[in-house]
Amino acid sequence: MSQVTKFAARDPGPAARMAGFTAHLRAHGLRVGVGEADIALRALTHVQASNPEETRRALKTVCTGCAEDVAQFDNLFDSYWLNGGRVRQKIMPGLSETNSGSVQSSRPANTRQVAAGAGETTAPDDGNGEVEADGTGKLVATTVQNLMKKDLRDLVQPEDIAEAEVIARRLGAALRDRRSRRRKAARKGDQIHFRKLIRQSLSTGGEPLSLPKKHRPERPLKIAALCDVSGSMTLYAQVFLAFLAGLMRADPATDAYLFHTRLVRIADALRDKDTLRALGRLSVLADGFGGGSKIGQSLTQFSRTYARRFVDGRTVVLILSDGYDTNAPELLGTALAKLKNRGCKIIWLNPLKGWDGYQPIARGMAAALPHLDLFRPANRLADLAALEPELTRL
Amino acid sequence: MQWTTRQTAMAEQGYIASDDLAMAVHLALSLGRPLLLEGAAGVGKTEVARVLATICDTQLIRLQCYEGLDAAQAIYEWNYQRQLLTIRAAAEDGETGRSVEQRIFSEEFLLERPLLKAIRQPQPPVLLIDEIDRADEEFEAYLLEVLSEYQISVPELGTLTATSRPIVILTANGSRDLSDALRRRCLYAHVDYPDRETELAILKARCGEVEDRLANQIIGFVQSLRQEELEKKPGIAEMLDFSAALMGLGIADLTEDPKLLQASLATLLKTEADRFNITTEIAQRLAGQAA
Repeated sequence: MSQVTKFAARDPGPAARMAGFTAHLRAHGLRVGVGEADIALRALTHVQASNPEETRRALKTVCTGCAEDVAQFDNLFDSYWLNGGRVRQKIMPGLSETNSGSVQSSRPANTRQVAAGAGETTAPDDGNGEVEADGTGKLVATTVQNLMKKDLRDLVQPEDIAEAEVIARRLGAALRDRRSRRRKAARKGDQIHFRKLIRQSLSTGGEPLSLPKKHRPERPLKIAALCDVSGSMTLYAQVFLAFLAGLMRADPATDAYLFHTRLVRIADALRDKDTLRALGRLSVLADGFGGGSKIGQSLTQFSRTYARRFVDGRTVVLILSDGYDTNAPELLGTALAKLKNRGCKIIWLNPLKGWDGYQPIARGMAAALPHLDLFRPANRLADLAALEPELTRL
Repeated sequence: MQWTTRQTAMAEQGYIASDDLAMAVHLALSLGRPLLLEGAAGVGKTEVARVLATICDTQLIRLQCYEGLDAAQAIYEWNYQRQLLTIRAAAEDGETGRSVEQRIFSEEFLLERPLLKAIRQPQPPVLLIDEIDRADEEFEAYLLEVLSEYQISVPELGTLTATSRPIVILTANGSRDLSDALRRRCLYAHVDYPDRETELAILKARCGEVEDRLANQIIGFVQSLRQEELEKKPGIAEMLDFSAALMGLGIADLTEDPKLLQASLATLLKTEADRFNITTEIAQRLAGQAA
């Protein structure tokens, strides 16, 4: 009991402490809101709040929402309420602790040091913008973000896009042939729509003159495409970008992303009616094109942010990458597993797979394999076209 | 009421709940909020609802979810065949269209499905929404509405409000991620495989006639079997089947007859690969450690 946190004397009361606690949880990635703080307080009136273990269990029930939350909760609870008797200064919401730095802290810094070879290393970027300080000395490998602005207009020709669009349209159609298990009223269908039938027959004295039908409507699968544009992929980027542009044109619901050392959403840029202007906007977004690749980190970022909103059971996640990753392979594995848990299908198109005698031995690729629904070669548009029958089967 | 009292009450009904789970059940009942139970198959999630219904001495209404579950199966449907017959009969008798319409769209012709049934009971029932992750997102969204308003609107009849608020238990075993909105609406408890003592207590509660020594062996064996690389880990129901099988075969010691033990593994291992992986040698080693 002695280790229960002592709150500062100006502490306004239990409600504020609870608000502080929910803010503390939120800062560590738990999804709790104002509502939970309220329920938590009410919950404490139903248990002996003076007993830390009871309080812990009650708050755990209220504030957690999934197995990962539960695993984290005990530590968070201890650090807030059982703080070894130290005085907690800040009890109001708005804690300064965030977990944003934890992902990029140690490992990326190491790879940079190795890559830089000699001299000062480049300061790690914070994931949103320009590198803060450029290193002196020679850059040996492409693990460092390449800031050279490449004009994508040099890479993609309008006629390529036209060709890609045709293929993308066919692929999109292959994916979309999915019928719902629900039934909806329709002109032609395999079952009688009784509700409608009764309504209509009322006007004819109970004589059902016409038989309204219902059928299973098609429910389209969405595509979310992630394209690797790191240095090792430069050769293929042209084809893939054209393909992405084609996909977007074939179906506006498609979502597209580029990644190298970070992840960029390019769907809005690609949706631009004017093909060349679209590519121009893209070049600005894809600043860092041809740099290093952090597949694991990019996919983790994707599964944590965009995937929550855009990926569900009717989504196909299309990854275009060679699998050469500077992150640890486990990171990629967990990211894919998490993505898979959202119920989506994952297709990985690897340009290297088209080579004779290719084995998926890049460690990242090996870690990814168990989570993939389809793993296929793709280095020319023709390869992409050949995917059609496979997608139908998926 | 104390949460320990609930735990004891559940234990009296043969359900040994962990402290976390008992607290979750206690709060769900006290605060009147839905409880979401998540965990692997066979850890006794569904059973919680059954036991709660017995404790509260009330009805258990169960809605099994599946892909494509829709309003007609979950909420209500009109009894079309009866409606059709009534219309015909009314036409013979020369009844006017308006009065027929009022008659066939009355509650008499309404078929209550679980959700509607649950909110129209005189005494609050336990509503079990089983395997919610099998239903699709649309249904989840609809469920959210029902769970927050406790009312259902039928176009022909108007809004039907709850006469009693049911005790709602949802279960999920992670076949897909549930929406944050649903998770936030519910209290949450993660149900795990029980630890040694709890599982021993479960075995004693359910299968009292098993001897102490054998009970210890069974639990030790099953617990270490869960540590092996298996496609489908045996749950509590499997453990109870296994014990019943051993009792039926008259085995008093797991190590006494390797062949019989191997045969009785049929109650624990439910896939071919698992059967293949747990060879007689491995089974004997595990049994030996448990003894």
